[in-house]
Amino acid sequence: MSTNAHPISHNLLVSASPHITSGETIPRIMYNVILAMLPVCLVSIYYFGYYGIKVLVLTTLFCVGFEYLWQKMLRKPVTISDGSAAVTGILLALNLPPSAPWWLMLVGSFLAVIIAKQLYGGLGYNLFNPALVARVALLISFPVHMTNWIQATPLFSGVDAVTTATPLGILQTAIKTTGSIPPEVMAQVNPSSQNMLTWFTGHMMSGSLGEFSALAILLGGLWLMYKKYIYWQVPVTYIGTVLIFSGIFWMIDPTRYAHPLFHLLTGGLFLGAFFMATDMVTSPVTKKGLLVFGVGCGLITCLIRMWGSYPEGVSFAILLMNGLTPLLDRWFKPTVFGQRKLYEETK
Amino acid sequence: MIKRAHGFPGGVHPDYHKELTAGLALEVPPLFERYVVPVAQHIGSPAKVIVDKGAQVFKGTVLAEPSGFVSVPMHSPTSGTVKSVKNLPHPWGPSMLAVEITADGEDTPDPELPRLNHETASIDELRDFIRQAGIVGMGGAAFPTHVKLSPPKEKPIDVLILNGAECEPYLTADHRLMVESPEKVIAGAGILAKILKVKRICIGVEDNKPDALSALEKAAAGQADMDVYSLHVTYPQGAEKQLIYAILGREVPAGGLPMDVGVVVQNVGTASAVWDAVANGIPLIERITTITGRGIGRPGNLVLRIGTLVEDVVRWRGGISDDTIKVVNGGPMMGMAMSGLDVPVLKGSSGLLFLERDEVEQYHHYPCIRCGRCVDICPMKLMPCIISYYTENEMFDEVESLNVTDCIECGSCAYVCPSSRILVHHMKMGKAEVIVRRRKKAVS
Repeated sequence: MSTNAHPISHNLLVSASPHITSGETIPRIMYNVILAMLPVCLVSIYYFGYYGIKVLVLTTLFCVGFEYLWQKMLRKPVTISDGSAAVTGILLALNLPPSAPWWLMLVGSFLAVIIAKQLYGGLGYNLFNPALVARVALLISFPVHMTNWIQATPLFSGVDAVTTATPLGILQTAIKTTGSIPPEVMAQVNPSSQNMLTWFTGHMMSGSLGEFSALAILLGGLWLMYKKYIYWQVPVTYIGTVLIFSGIFWMIDPTRYAHPLFHLLTGGLFLGAFFMATDMVTSPVTKKGLLVFGVGCGLITCLIRMWGSYPEGVSFAILLMNGLTPLLDRWFKPTVFGQRKLYEETK
Repeated sequence: MIKRAHGFPGGVHPDYHKELTAGLALEVPPLFERYVVPVAQHIGSPAKVIVDKGAQVFKGTVLAEPSGFVSVPMHSPTSGTVKSVKNLPHPWGPSMLAVEITADGEDTPDPELPRLNHETASIDELRDFIRQAGIVGMGGAAFPTHVKLSPPKEKPIDVLILNGAECEPYLTADHRLMVESPEKVIAGAGILAKILKVKRICIGVEDNKPDALSALEKAAAGQADMDVYSLHVTYPQGAEKQLIYAILGREVPAGGLPMDVGVVVQNVGTASAVWDAVANGIPLIERITTITGRGIGRPGNLVLRIGTLVEDVVRWRGGISDDTIKVVNGGPMMGMAMSGLDVPVLKGSSGLLFLERDEVEQYHHYPCIRCGRCVDICPMKLMPCIISYYTENEMFDEVESLNVTDCIECGSCAYVCPSSRILVHHMKMGKAEVIVRRRKKAVS
């Protein structure tokens, strides 16, 4: 070790305590989220090949590009390397249909990064999840392009892409037209072992890029929980609420309401519960708040799926709860140490 | 028998780095030429200087007298002459009034040092003697000990807790004291218990110090109502409220003091200093300081005179590396960064930490991403991220409603923050502003 004979000549750094940190940084969190989304991205590339890669790459590039342009334009420090724009891009891609045209991705990226994030003040200040704002705005503005689903067929299987409805879409159309679930639809809605396998792996299903394979999403979600980047409170209460709520109605009338496992494993519930409702910026900071947040998301999702005009309610549910987040932070503060009643002395 | 304490909610697990100095026995440096004794070293009003320039002083001569109830005297660390009484650099930041002493190298004790027979002395005499010895909390906060030993009548005290947790990373001063002089700690605790008229004494030590635990247990053997507790290794286990909760399960009410739940907490170093004062007549003129970190030549646990200049210690310990960028008075979590090495060691200087460039966060701020970690680990169960935003925007009504005054400034929030936000700084600012507003309201 080299030592200094005149230590006083040193320029010392003075700042408030503490003087050490855990080494945790925003980029590290963001890149871990990207890592956690890798399995579901790979599944979508496996099923959609070129389409999957196109949507994922273009949307991510657009999002990062918009962030860069905006920050350059406003002469702000460029923060694209923190990974947050890339996370938004990948999440938005996972929320788009595989057949989405490039301009839809461009508009969506603009909505997500510029409107829903930068106009609020950038990272940390947005009230609503940027990817979901973009998805919902696109869904309302371009319903045809946003619901042009193609069936998931494995790469190199030689099968041509076939246009088809999503499982939730089939269910809703059937109920809307006949008032109950007809037998041929029931066969697809039953939690038979064949169907369960389909729902878990996404084989031959259709939907947004990230709605396939509950298994892949679960893998990423468990990784994030293990790394403590997301808390169990949101996914567990969200999925649990949907399970219980849809379960109650299924028990009341199984001919009108689908099996709870169908609600759980098809559609965007897993993607939403593990990757979007858990977004740190737009969910409460307290554990109690997160529990309520998750339950709220679950209830709204079920209400929309069962009685709303859209077959899927995950995006709307999370956005509505995002709006409630500041209030949840106010209502569900932790009990300050010393404000509980005194404990008896324990030996 | 060593008892196992409960944990407490929240807290963090930083890298402790105690291996740098934990095994090093106490060392006494040679006498230096110059000592600087500031009048403000404790919480409360600064002492009043009673010596003039040129005065002859001995080791232990009173240099400054207490100026109020929450104040203690300052003593000369060695014999020599008073070179000046003026504002000199102070570890807390701005220069402060201090007595500068040129040592004569003789280190002659003051022949008129007061003595006390601690076995026959009354409680009031003991308490007053502790005050006249200039004793303050040695854990770092430096709160005058006699104040803690004077609980009002309506707050009966039934337990004395000795704090040997030493939860701050790097620091091993209390550790070495407990290993090398456990009998002094135990004897001092006896004096404190006598003053407080309590029967039960609990000693809490984090269980990463098994040698200290067994040394204390051995020293305390045969003493009824004295229990040694092994504590979980979680920062900030040594914070008073967390320590009381872990050992007794009692929750100090928000805004309250340990005496509200019948407890007084004293640091093990304080107990040892009390024993030195009442049994041997030595006022508080030296303390154990851990000098550590990658930046210092030879780390160690040193018995330093209060008023020793940091630059003298640094030279004696082989200088500092070129990469040393931050010098902390105290531990890395709650200590204060110093702007220079021309400052003295204080009564509360539990450590001198020399951090190198790559160990120190070069504060690159991101906005809060509301990850909730600070809320999750806050040992007081506050919401640092939200309070920080309100402080930044000067919304102090909201800051107050979020119980900012309960913050113990332990630094756990800023430690875990992925955005490197200066949360403790904001908490301190918010706290100060809220207290000022309360005072104004009380006056009007």
